[in-house]
Amino acid sequence: MAAHAHAESIEDSVYFQYETLEQQQETYILGMWAFLLTEIMMFGALFLAYTVYRFQYQRDFFIFHEQLDWKLGGLNTVVLLSSSFSMALAVHYHQIKKKAATLWCLAFTNLCAFGFLAIKSIEYGEKFKHHLFPNDSFVWDAALHGGNPEHARIFFSLYFVMTGLHGIHVLIGILVITTLMVLIAKNHRLITDYIPTEMVGLYWHFVDLVWIFLYPLYYLIPK
Amino acid sequence: MSTTLQEQIASPERGVKKNYLNADHTIASWLLTTDHKRIAVLYLVSISIMFFIGSIAAAFVRFELTSPYGQWLTSEQYNKMFTAHGVVMIFFFLIPSVPAVLGNFVLPMAIGARDLAFPRLNLLSWYFFVIAAVLMLATLAMGGIDTGWTFYTPLSSLYSDTQVTMALVAAFIAGFSSIFTGLNFVATVHKMRAPGMTWFRMPLFVWGSYATSLVILLGTPVVAITLLLVLFERVFKIGIFSPELGGDPVLFQHMFWFYSHPAVYIMILPAMGVVSELFACFSRRRVFGYEFVAFSSLGIASLGFLVWGHHMFLSSQSVFQGVVFSLLSFMVAIPSAVKAFNWTVTLYKGSVHLTTPMIYALAFLGLFLIGGLTGLYLASMDTDVHLTGTYFIVAHFHYVMVGGGILGFLGGLHFWWPKMFGRMYSEFWGRLSALIVFVGFNFTFFPQFMLGYLGMPRRYHLYAFAPEWQFYNVLSTAGATVLGVGFLLPAFYLTASLVKGKKAGPNPWGAKGLEWENADSPPITENFERIPIVTGQVYDYDAEEDSRLIRAELDDHERRDKAHLPGEH
Ligand SMILES: [Cu+2]
Repeated sequence: MAAHAHAESIEDSVYFQYETLEQQQETYILGMWAFLLTEIMMFGALFLAYTVYRFQYQRDFFIFHEQLDWKLGGLNTVVLLSSSFSMALAVHYHQIKKKAATLWCLAFTNLCAFGFLAIKSIEYGEKFKHHLFPNDSFVWDAALHGGNPEHARIFFSLYFVMTGLHGIHVLIGILVITTLMVLIAKNHRLITDYIPTEMVGLYWHFVDLVWIFLYPLYYLIPK
Repeated sequence: MSTTLQEQIASPERGVKKNYLNADHTIASWLLTTDHKRIAVLYLVSISIMFFIGSIAAAFVRFELTSPYGQWLTSEQYNKMFTAHGVVMIFFFLIPSVPAVLGNFVLPMAIGARDLAFPRLNLLSWYFFVIAAVLMLATLAMGGIDTGWTFYTPLSSLYSDTQVTMALVAAFIAGFSSIFTGLNFVATVHKMRAPGMTWFRMPLFVWGSYATSLVILLGTPVVAITLLLVLFERVFKIGIFSPELGGDPVLFQHMFWFYSHPAVYIMILPAMGVVSELFACFSRRRVFGYEFVAFSSLGIASLGFLVWGHHMFLSSQSVFQGVVFSLLSFMVAIPSAVKAFNWTVTLYKGSVHLTTPMIYALAFLGLFLIGGLTGLYLASMDTDVHLTGTYFIVAHFHYVMVGGGILGFLGGLHFWWPKMFGRMYSEFWGRLSALIVFVGFNFTFFPQFMLGYLGMPRRYHLYAFAPEWQFYNVLSTAGATVLGVGFLLPAFYLTASLVKGKKAGPNPWGAKGLEWENADSPPITENFERIPIVTGQVYDYDAEEDSRLIRAELDDHERRDKAHLPGEH
């Protein structure tokens, strides 16, 4: 009887357009990878713009990058890497159906994500204070730092667009992870299907990966 | 779900048969539907409205050009008109036309699935489309934009004082609408095929849609982020593309055309898939070189990403770059030619039926050929220097986009209409309007090749310096009027068919394919009563059998006539 009820619960979580749970799970994972492909192309365009200007203004970019705090950026890298680790653990615990452990790992991931955003906003605040946000009040003191003010504008434009877009992805990640936690906590059946967690995991690792590229490209430019 | 199916099987003839249209009649059941067939109908209605609006803008453009002196519109108004025409037609009609209407409806059925992989995402795609369309119409109502559909910087980012910001937001959202569709198609084709439906048993329409979806997934995000950067540049004065702010406007062109050349294939590849179905069905033959046609779709999709520089021969590109892009552009003609040759050979020894869809398919073949071959003039650098920015370009891409894209869409719409709504339209009016479209189209756009060759620049609303161009312009406008009539007619007879058309039955064309052979017209919400198992090859037509049947029918008529003759005397 209990076995029958279990079988039913699996069947209930299969949507009508799928024949089997396996087919549904494979399709969801494939869909997630396809979505990540679009994300790669989207960030890819920005990385292309970065490459073009860095190639053209190599020396200037070194001067500008000194305005960025590599220690805060490094700390954020550590924070994000640990969140990725706990995310991987969450997927693992969900696969072996350990609900409490899954929830704790997701909570830790979320905590790290908040930490990342907090550190990022400190950095942004600094930039605004020094008029380095490239709007009308943008000031680049070439006499003091050297470098071409116009190129400085491009550098900080790209910096804000790329890290900003990444930050928005972190924010969306927090929302998605929170939703996932609520669903797992409320819906006892979801613990039998780890695919949603795996999908969120893929997304989160992607967000992490983007930062792994952003950090050296902005904070660690060699002379 | 299984109970509803059993009910249907148990009592199929309780008054009217259940299908996806009469399953529920409330407005909410339409607006919240996740049924791919209903979403296709929603898309059909929405893009028809957008097509109508885009046509009105085109009418203003054509009317203005009947006089060399720019009498009716100011330059500003004219700029807004052609921009409205381009933006609405490209982002809100051509890109969603075949995939979101015909693909949505047919693709899951053609591979034997009950729905797309992600039905809710599909509905979300339609809502994104509607939001984007409403925003774009609001943009036009609030004064419009004058940048052209290409949004070139720095005009779009720093100088234009029209509603560019809002238009960019609209285009950005529309991009996500098509990304969702593409994502859905890719997942569906990979994972939702019925048992026995191998890759090489898929209809070529599915291949075309699959290739298109890959292009959408890889290209659209790039243009989305590019337009977003232009938006930031306008709003925050961030400098990435504008020379005043230290940026590089040519970078914008690279990023824009990286998407917008492949976007041409988003518009034409699915239409090529449609006409492959039409040629097979109405020649009663398997498409000649099926595998080649299938792979040529993927070939076009991948080569199409490597040719964007042919839009920039005159934009500070080095000669070496130009030569490479020119060569690659020539190469992309090869897979297109593979298709054209194979379609032609399919006709040979086929049993050709000149139905409305087939007339559209044949028109497609002829017009796409002209459109494609004139593309070679533009792909070679030296002729391009003379022809770029002239009406030659305008004529070329209309031959591809209208002669290819829209005619493919109309052919497919007439082909699957009986499946979508269960009714036949008037074949007489169908054929007549197909002919009107063909004639009107050529009168509209062939003179524009002449104008381009004579050097008339595009986007000018007066040509008082060369009044001798007026003859061709008047010819073109007259043709456009005929074309407009041809496009308007289907709106009437197709709508009329919903009420008065005779019942189509499951397979009025005697076509092969799961949607025809295994489903009712209109299909039930679950598409099939049970998932079909595919055992045969695709396009299992028999032209000889078909012509034997026709001959037998003719003999039968003759015999009856002879039998009647003595009695009458
Ligand atoms: Cu092109």
